[in-house]
Amino acid sequence: MPGKIQVNTTINGEQIEFLCEPRQSLLEVLRDELNLIGSKEGCNNGNCGACNVIMNGLLVNSCLVLGPEAEGALIETIEGVMGPAGLHPLQQAFLENAALQCGICTPGFIVAAKALLDRNPHATEAEIRHWCAGNLCRCTGYDKIIRAVLDAESRLEVLKK
Amino acid sequence: MQTFEYAAPSTLQGALALLQVKGDRARVLSGGTDLIVQVREDRRHLDTMIDIKKIPELIEMRYDPIHGLHLGASVPCCRIYEDPIIQRTYPGLVDAAFLIGGIQIQSRASFGGNLCNSSPAADSIPALIAHHAVCCIAGSESTRKVPVEDFCTAPGKNVLSPTELLVALEVPPPPKHFGASYLRFIPRNEMDIAVVGCGVSIELSADQLTCVRARIALGAVAPTPVLAKEAGLYLAGKRISEESIQKAAASAQTVAHPITDMRGTAEYRRHLVGVLTRRALHSAIERAKGA
Repeated sequence: MPGKIQVNTTINGEQIEFLCEPRQSLLEVLRDELNLIGSKEGCNNGNCGACNVIMNGLLVNSCLVLGPEAEGALIETIEGVMGPAGLHPLQQAFLENAALQCGICTPGFIVAAKALLDRNPHATEAEIRHWCAGNLCRCTGYDKIIRAVLDAESRLEVLKK
Repeated sequence: MQTFEYAAPSTLQGALALLQVKGDRARVLSGGTDLIVQVREDRRHLDTMIDIKKIPELIEMRYDPIHGLHLGASVPCCRIYEDPIIQRTYPGLVDAAFLIGGIQIQSRASFGGNLCNSSPAADSIPALIAHHAVCCIAGSESTRKVPVEDFCTAPGKNVLSPTELLVALEVPPPPKHFGASYLRFIPRNEMDIAVVGCGVSIELSADQLTCVRARIALGAVAPTPVLAKEAGLYLAGKRISEESIQKAAASAQTVAHPITDMRGTAEYRRHLVGVLTRRALHSAIERAKGA
């Protein structure tokens, strides 16, 4: 039986040390060991995006990362999206555009959209749709989600001024 | 998930030594987008995962006009398509890197992993073949080079012995008036496995009227990705015309030996080979003219 591995990582700006079995995914570590349950398990095979986190600046499915791979990494989860001043403009835009119904896919979409807007604050609708191809939603039909991301872009633009 | 040990050696020698001891009970972890799913679903059994992403040679990507591209086997797709030099120089590789999975998969998945997974429908392989790429393989005693078209031997199988490691891909610098393209047919826009894939490259004469050299490779139409050698040879020296493109596409269809499955019938796939080869040639020719 392989022993547990000690992993040092940074999650949402905080240095974290955890123990995990090699077979535990980063998603399982977040949810089961660190009680960061915002990231969801949808398909557990890299299709749905509900478990999205940003790892070293790149959007990844945390179900397809092993816990030990987080060693030395910088990880951002949905729990780190909200700032001290309250909801992130993306979160406010999702609420006001009714971009969620059951809510299971929402953390993944918000993390994905944040990763996009961090690098491309003026993404077009086509770019947003392409970027979100790895996120599944079975409630909204996607349109309201795309509207919400476009709305968040405008909100972020106003905040910059 | 089944239990296994995790090792992340920081040197190539360290990884090879582990493979020497563990053999086929170990599996190399690159982006993990295939491997982790296979292990979780008990389609693959192992007792050690060797994470190779801490080894400098495996994550190095460098280009110079003399030697071409040296692509570490674990370099993720996003680093390939975001690099302005690669975008200009290896358009077929960029096409493939940009359509494998979604953004999340492209952050992790590598061409080396795609090769070692050895799926007949792997998107990067026809593009690599079209670009004349060669696999650099290290064993504990020696190293060897294998052209990409000779790497896969059957679905999920390839020429690597259990103690060898695919370290990098070497892609020669393109000549002048060169273009390449990879096209995949799927019944939607994103996130699907190829019904058929087609990678082509073409070198034009200085007046851009004649094909000097061409290479056509197909995915998802045989037990391994295949080089349609005759189709490329046919085009060499021919004037670029609808007729010559049509004949090359017809030649490519003769090397397709597809099966019928949930993604399409054999007949449909053979038809698609003709369509995609024509379209990919047109795209590569346009790019060669613009280069």
